[in-house]
Amino acid sequence: MTIPLEVIDLSKTYDLKEAVRNISFKVNENEIIGILGPNGCGKTTTIGMILGLLKPTKGKVLVNGIEIEKQRVELLNELNFISPYIELPKKLTVRQNLEVYGRLYDIKDLRIKIDYLSEKLRLNEFINKITGELSSGQKNRVSLAKSVINDPSVLLLDEPTASLDPETGDFVRSFLEEYQKEKKTSILLASHNMSEVERLCSSVLMMNKGSIIDQGTPRELIKKHGRRNMEEVFLKLTRDLI
Amino acid sequence: MYGLFLRHFYLIKSSLPRVLDLIYWPTIQIILWGFISKFFSIYSDYYNNTLGIILTCAILYDILFRSSISFNMLFLEEIWSRNFTNLFIAPLKLKEIIISLIFTALIRTLIGLVPAIILTSPLFGISILKLGFPLLILFLSLYIFGITLGLFVSSGLMRFGPSFENIAWSSLFLLAPLGCIYYPIEILPEFFQLIAKGLPLVYIFDETRNILINGLVDYENIKQAYLLNLVYLIFGIGLFYLSFLRARIKGTLINMGE
Repeated sequence: MTIPLEVIDLSKTYDLKEAVRNISFKVNENEIIGILGPNGCGKTTTIGMILGLLKPTKGKVLVNGIEIEKQRVELLNELNFISPYIELPKKLTVRQNLEVYGRLYDIKDLRIKIDYLSEKLRLNEFINKITGELSSGQKNRVSLAKSVINDPSVLLLDEPTASLDPETGDFVRSFLEEYQKEKKTSILLASHNMSEVERLCSSVLMMNKGSIIDQGTPRELIKKHGRRNMEEVFLKLTRDLI
Repeated sequence: MYGLFLRHFYLIKSSLPRVLDLIYWPTIQIILWGFISKFFSIYSDYYNNTLGIILTCAILYDILFRSSISFNMLFLEEIWSRNFTNLFIAPLKLKEIIISLIFTALIRTLIGLVPAIILTSPLFGISILKLGFPLLILFLSLYIFGITLGLFVSSGLMRFGPSFENIAWSSLFLLAPLGCIYYPIEILPEFFQLIAKGLPLVYIFDETRNILINGLVDYENIKQAYLLNLVYLIFGIGLFYLSFLRARIKGTLINMGE
C-alpha cells in the first residue's frame, strides 16, 4: 500500500544557515502526526517543502509514492494547507472564496460541496458576508473549509487553533477528528498547543534546530522523559538543548 | 514633535530604496518635461495642423500604463490580502497563472480606458477611433508590452517579496521619457537614442504621429515594434519561470505577505 506522505532525508539550507537537517518520517493513511518544536525549529520550512513552495537542498518528499519535485502541480490536488499566517481574499464573500478555490481545485458538484462544508463548519449564518468582516474564529472556519474543499489525502495544519477562543478551538478539533475518521485523511499537525497534540495525534515528532530530536506516541514520550504531560516534555527537550 | 520627526527620519535613513524613491520621481518628471519643452522650443509649428496628437498619445500611453499596472495589481492584491501562499499551493501551472492574469488584466484595462476614450470626444472633440484599423494593431502592441512589463515586475515581487512593490509603480515612469511618447526620438541626446531604439514604444508612438499627421501607415514601424515585443515577452516569461524557481530556493513564496 502506498504511503500518503513520506519524507526522506530532507534538508534545507538558506545561504549558510541549515533550517532543516536530514529529517525522515511517514504519515500513514488515517493517521495524525504532530510536529512540535520551538519557534524557528524548522516546522514551517518542512511544511513548505512538502507543499512544493520550497525546493529541498537534499532529500525528497513523496506524496502517494510520487516525488513532489517531479509532479508538483498534479500532486497539489492531493494536498491542502491551513495556517493563521495566510488568509483568503478579504473583499470576497465566503461563498465567493469557496467558489474560487473549488474552481482552482476543479471540484465537481461544487455547489453541493459548498453546502456540505457550510453545514459541517457552521458557515451558513455568514456564507454571503464579506470575509474581511468576519471574526477570527469565523475566518478560521472558512479557511478550514477551503483546506478540505478538495478532500486532500494529506492535510497540513500549521497552528490551526492559534488565537481562537476555547469554544471555537474545541469545535475545530472536533471537526478535524470527525473529518479524519470519515475521509481517512493523513494529517500533519504543527502546533504549540500541547493538549491539542495529546488529543489528536497518534504520534509526535519533536524538532529543534532543524532536526528531529525525539519521536513517539504522546504517552510514550511522557513516560520516557518522566513527565506528567506533553507540555513538560516539550520544555524538557527544548531546554536541554539550549 | 522631534520624536515623530525621528520616527520618520530613522525609517528613511535606514532604507536606501526609500531615499532613491524620493529622488526618483522629481528626476523623472524633470527629464520628461525637459524633453517636451525642448521639442516645443525647436519645433513650435510641428502640431499646428493636427489637433489632438498629444491627447491621442496620452491615451495610448495610458493603455500601456493600465495594462502593466493591472497585471501588477492582480499580483499585489494577492500579497496584500495574504492569499499568495494559497494561490501557489493550488494545482495551477505557471502558464495557467500567466494566462489568467493576462486576460484579467485586459478586462481591467478596458474598464479603466473605455470611459476615458468616450469622454475625450464631447470634452475635446477628439476621438482616437479616428486612427481606424491601425488603432487595434497599436493597442495590441502596447498591451503586449504592458503585460511584459507586468511580468518583469511580478518576477521581482516573487523573487524579492513586497519590498519590490515600489518598482511596480515606478518602472513605467522610467520609460516615459525614453519611450518618446510626445516627441520624436531626435529630441533625445544620442546616448538615450540608442536605448530608446531598443524599446517598442518609440516605433508605436512614431507611427501614431505618422498616421495622424500624414494619414499613412508605415508597416515597417509596426513590424519593428512587434519584433521587439516578441523578444521582451519571451524574456519576460523566462524571467517569471526563473524567479519562481529562485523564490522556491530562497523561500520567499512561503513568507510572502507575513
